[in-house]
Amino acid sequence: MTLDTHPTLPEFEYIRPATLAEASDFLARHAGEARPFLGGTDVFVRMRDGFLTPRYLVDVKRLDGMNDLRFDPQAGLTIGAAVNMNRVAAAPEVQAHYPLLAEACRTVASYQLRTRATIVGNICNASPAGDTIGACLLFDGVLHIQGVDGPRLEPLKSFFLGPGKTTLKPGDIVTAIQFPLPPQGCQGTYIKLGRNKLSDLSIVGVTALGCPDAACASGYRFRVALTSVAPVPLVAGAVETCLAENPITPDAIQEAARLAAEASTPIDDVRGSARYRKQMVGKLSARALNAVWRKLG
Amino acid sequence: MAFHKINITVNGAQEQVVVPSNMTLMQMLRESLALTGTKNGCSAGECGACTALMNGEPVNTCMVLAAECDGVEIVTVEGLADDNRLSPLQEAMLATGGVQCGFCTPGVLISSRALLDRNPNPSEDEIREALVGNLCRCTGYVRIIEAVKAAARTQVAASA
Repeated sequence: MTLDTHPTLPEFEYIRPATLAEASDFLARHAGEARPFLGGTDVFVRMRDGFLTPRYLVDVKRLDGMNDLRFDPQAGLTIGAAVNMNRVAAAPEVQAHYPLLAEACRTVASYQLRTRATIVGNICNASPAGDTIGACLLFDGVLHIQGVDGPRLEPLKSFFLGPGKTTLKPGDIVTAIQFPLPPQGCQGTYIKLGRNKLSDLSIVGVTALGCPDAACASGYRFRVALTSVAPVPLVAGAVETCLAENPITPDAIQEAARLAAEASTPIDDVRGSARYRKQMVGKLSARALNAVWRKLG
Repeated sequence: MAFHKINITVNGAQEQVVVPSNMTLMQMLRESLALTGTKNGCSAGECGACTALMNGEPVNTCMVLAAECDGVEIVTVEGLADDNRLSPLQEAMLATGGVQCGFCTPGVLISSRALLDRNPNPSEDEIREALVGNLCRCTGYVRIIEAVKAAARTQVAASA
């Protein structure tokens, strides 16, 4: 047996429909053998490795609205599905109102990969490790989806069903992700634990967002999203309750971090053991919450 | 498998190429256009040896389909020199010893070129971050980073 270290892509047909309706119709008619793609940074690698064997790859990058990035002082931010991560990270609207999103984008792979990689692609790939997903969850992202029956909206929080599994049906194309205005005065951070400082897949990802909130007894609302430590990206609800009800003290933050670790259900894999991951969720959640608390102060 | 006729500008020259669906931009550059400066390292978007500029931005050409490139402008390492005169960045890479076996060098040059285009005076951290996606197994990176700093100084001096 010879080992081909430079496998070429298996055979498939490249399709570039002219309209969204045409693309959706094609994908629905070829359910199970056609898939849409954006930057292809996940799809191509998985095809080379033999995990995916689509007969048709449908390029949806040039369709209407896919390349738009707009901010509206009422409606918030809309990022077209084909907008690449470098563009998101550099956009003044994102840096001004959603800097956590820019921070998360910059942790993905390398600059040249981010020229192709997209947030919507990261989401649709539905890897439990997706670096931008935590920020998208905490900013209450809503997906714009074009299906065979027309467009619809779907909250990101109910989108993930399992590793690589989402609520998308044949014919569905995610065209954009939209975020409402961020909470007033919010601060956030993303801590990515990888085998090296930059560019690797995460072993544990902790995203934290906090804001002043008069409706909470503590006066603050904190939320934590966890990636790489459960079958789907996870928002640890117990953290929010703990820090809403108790005064924000070092002890309360430790307790919230413990609850985050408790909420995680990691597995052993090539990047790290379940035990190590669970401990790191606790440590990094405390670190992230303290960092956000300092920024709010 | 279907073939696609694409019009593409490579290093300033208009080209018309017929490509199969599963051909990558890297394969097209190397095999159809004989531009073998673009190297095939990992075929998985990790090593950066195949980096070229696509509409002015660096991409891993192994992660782009040739069929997607209709109407696109590409610059490869062969397009960095002005006629036969090396660019200041190329000169700096030679002068500092940033080239050893040379396999990563085309990708490093393209990523560095793109960095200096968007940030003419980068800090060392910014240089390191911009080159995260270009693996080099010879130099230990120190001399490569020195070269980018030197090229930035030359560039800033020339535009002053």
